[in-house]
Amino acid sequence: MTELSFKPTTVASDIEQTSRPSLSYWQDAFIRLVANKRAITSLVVIILLIIFAFIAPHVFWTIKHDVQNLDRTSEPPWINRKAMVLPDQDDWQDVHVAAAIGEHRAPTVLEVVGEPTTSRVRLKWEPVPNAYGYRIYRNIVEPSEDTPLGLSMGVNEAGTHVSFEDRLAIRQKPYWYSVVALDEDGTEFEAAKTINVRPQLAITVSEALTLTKADNVQPGDTVSLFWHPLGTDYLGRDMLARLMKGAQVSLTIGIVAPLLFMILGIIIGSVSGYFGGMVDAGLMRFTDFVIALPFLLFMILFKLLFVPSGDTENWMSNFQEWLGIEGGMLAMVVALVLLSWPGIARLVRGEVLKIREQGYVEASKLLGAPNSWLIGRHMIPNTMGVVLVSFTFAVPATIFTEAFLSFIGMGVVPPTPSWGSMCNDGIRTMEMYPHELLFPALFISITVLAFNLLGDGLRDALDARMRSRE
Amino acid sequence: MTRYVLMRLIQGVITVWFIATATFFVMHNIPGNPLQNEKAVSEQVQKKLEEKYGLDKNVVVQYGIYMWNMIRGDFGLSFKQEERPVNKIIAERFPVSAILGVLAIVIAGMGGVLWGALTALYRNRWPDVVIIILVILGISVPSFVFATVGQLGIVVANRMLGFELLPVAGWGTIWHMLVPALVLGLGTMAFLTRLMRTSMLEIVNADYIRTARSKGVPVAQIFAKHQFRNAILPVVTVLGPSIAAITTGGFVVENVFAIPGLGRTFVEAVQQSDYTVIMGTTVFYGAFLVLMVIVVDLVYALIDPRVRLQ
Repeated sequence: MTELSFKPTTVASDIEQTSRPSLSYWQDAFIRLVANKRAITSLVVIILLIIFAFIAPHVFWTIKHDVQNLDRTSEPPWINRKAMVLPDQDDWQDVHVAAAIGEHRAPTVLEVVGEPTTSRVRLKWEPVPNAYGYRIYRNIVEPSEDTPLGLSMGVNEAGTHVSFEDRLAIRQKPYWYSVVALDEDGTEFEAAKTINVRPQLAITVSEALTLTKADNVQPGDTVSLFWHPLGTDYLGRDMLARLMKGAQVSLTIGIVAPLLFMILGIIIGSVSGYFGGMVDAGLMRFTDFVIALPFLLFMILFKLLFVPSGDTENWMSNFQEWLGIEGGMLAMVVALVLLSWPGIARLVRGEVLKIREQGYVEASKLLGAPNSWLIGRHMIPNTMGVVLVSFTFAVPATIFTEAFLSFIGMGVVPPTPSWGSMCNDGIRTMEMYPHELLFPALFISITVLAFNLLGDGLRDALDARMRSRE
Repeated sequence: MTRYVLMRLIQGVITVWFIATATFFVMHNIPGNPLQNEKAVSEQVQKKLEEKYGLDKNVVVQYGIYMWNMIRGDFGLSFKQEERPVNKIIAERFPVSAILGVLAIVIAGMGGVLWGALTALYRNRWPDVVIIILVILGISVPSFVFATVGQLGIVVANRMLGFELLPVAGWGTIWHMLVPALVLGLGTMAFLTRLMRTSMLEIVNADYIRTARSKGVPVAQIFAKHQFRNAILPVVTVLGPSIAAITTGGFVVENVFAIPGLGRTFVEAVQQSDYTVIMGTTVFYGAFLVLMVIVVDLVYALIDPRVRLQ
């Protein structure tokens, strides 16, 4: 064997490489979150809601939320907005005819004079023999033999006076007018004549000039009234504008309150967990007590405590004014913060206790890291995951609480709308005008759903142990 | 065991004392005067009234009297309902809320366990999908919407049938309770369904299930004996907090359906500034919740042999 028997080999260049770059905890979580379609859709919905609440009212829909219009109350969005224009002065002469001859007990003919509109309906009928007067009824359902004729609208006190003009709060829906003849004592004849009338939306010339942008309107024209995309409420206020204002209130409380009680909970929980001993025992006992307070009852009590009753001024209302917020929002946020921190404090304490025993913390300590480094570099970043997840679940819970309190009339102070108080207003008229309840309820549901789904997604992305199986 | 129960009871008493103290001081600092009325009252009458209710005394003395009376189980007289003791009001109203709550818990518990088991059984098939959608609805729609829609449902059903199938509001018979209890239990039911599903699916992969399967135990028996029974445990743990959730839900349901329960009493008392009733109701509710949490913990220890009481 000589030296020539040996040949140098070529160096293999393909040293084994890791197939992908190493990812930090947050990078990994971010990738998981983006892959979760439900969570991303929810995030988009939440961003849209925030735009809806805070940007849209200044840019897209600048109608004031507290302007009342008592002529257009409880209008659903699908209402007909084409209005007939009537002259400002539009008087009508009563019709008197000669007494009738014959046997009939009810008017043979009952007819509408002119176009029936929401500003007036004019009726005329053939006289009834031996009648000393007539009573006119209006109903919103068709009267039958055993149902009443409806609301008594008026009485004509002569058998020859055969006309009637109704001007009482007429809306765009079918009405049934009935005319009954009266005898000498004012007793009604047994027969009635009924007519079905469908009034058309109408406004006067001067109203048309103020309510629409038109500058030259003639009686007989048709104008289009201002469009309320989501209708109006029971005081004729624009629902879309109110929903936007309500979104501001609900989202502000729903996000600010959890943010503040999270911070308080993190401070108390980490102090308790990090220092342990007497501090821990004391703080945790206090936490147990606060958790035991009946939540909603104390929410209401705190609200009474912080909102000045009547005209008394206190520091709370001054502070609220200084912040530029309205309607008892501050009281609600303070009450929420005071009552909701224990949950997160317990959670953070548990996490800190766990992290304190971890090998990397020991190592860091051995290498001489100061307390501030341990807390800032290890404790806080490693608890952020659970904190973020609890925050996303705390937001819908808070929005629910706010809606719930406003619903029973213990929430934000009117006229400031919140979704909950709008639902409360809507419930009174829900059979006739379901849109007043439907829209705010829909907004609450969508918001709560979006935050819940985002929370699920975040939990799955951030913490493998808490991953839900769905 | 006895020692544990005793410890828990002592803790409970201290907690109730804390609740009572907090209630007293919050109520004491609320702006406004409970004896103020629309009617102007002469100074003498005002003084007499304050004397009668002990409002003329020092705060500390008032607190002492209040605590002493509470220990003897006396919550005082209502400010607004002439001369009626708060105890009597609670004794009258609480059973109503309790019956409604128990019924709601039963509906929620049975429904939740049943639906949850079904979803796990039909995982990713249509019953699962349908139930999950309903659960999402149940979690995200506020209870007052359910209450209103439920009431409207009764109205429409009665109208269509032409006779009164169910009463629209009020209290008295079992027929009055059905829909309010269902509405009250819906949110909790949705939550329990979800929990039951998760817990069923976790157990599918457990060792003892695999063993049973490899032994050739029939599927139905595995489901009934192993999977279902073990999956129910976590559901029992959250029943405690659920009781609290259901009592709060009672506020709305009692208001919408005009049920004379404790939740409605509280809301009315707040609206009328009836301070003694507010304090009595709050302390009573707090004590009740504390007791319930202890009971649920004990029940849990009884059914789960792994939990040891210390």
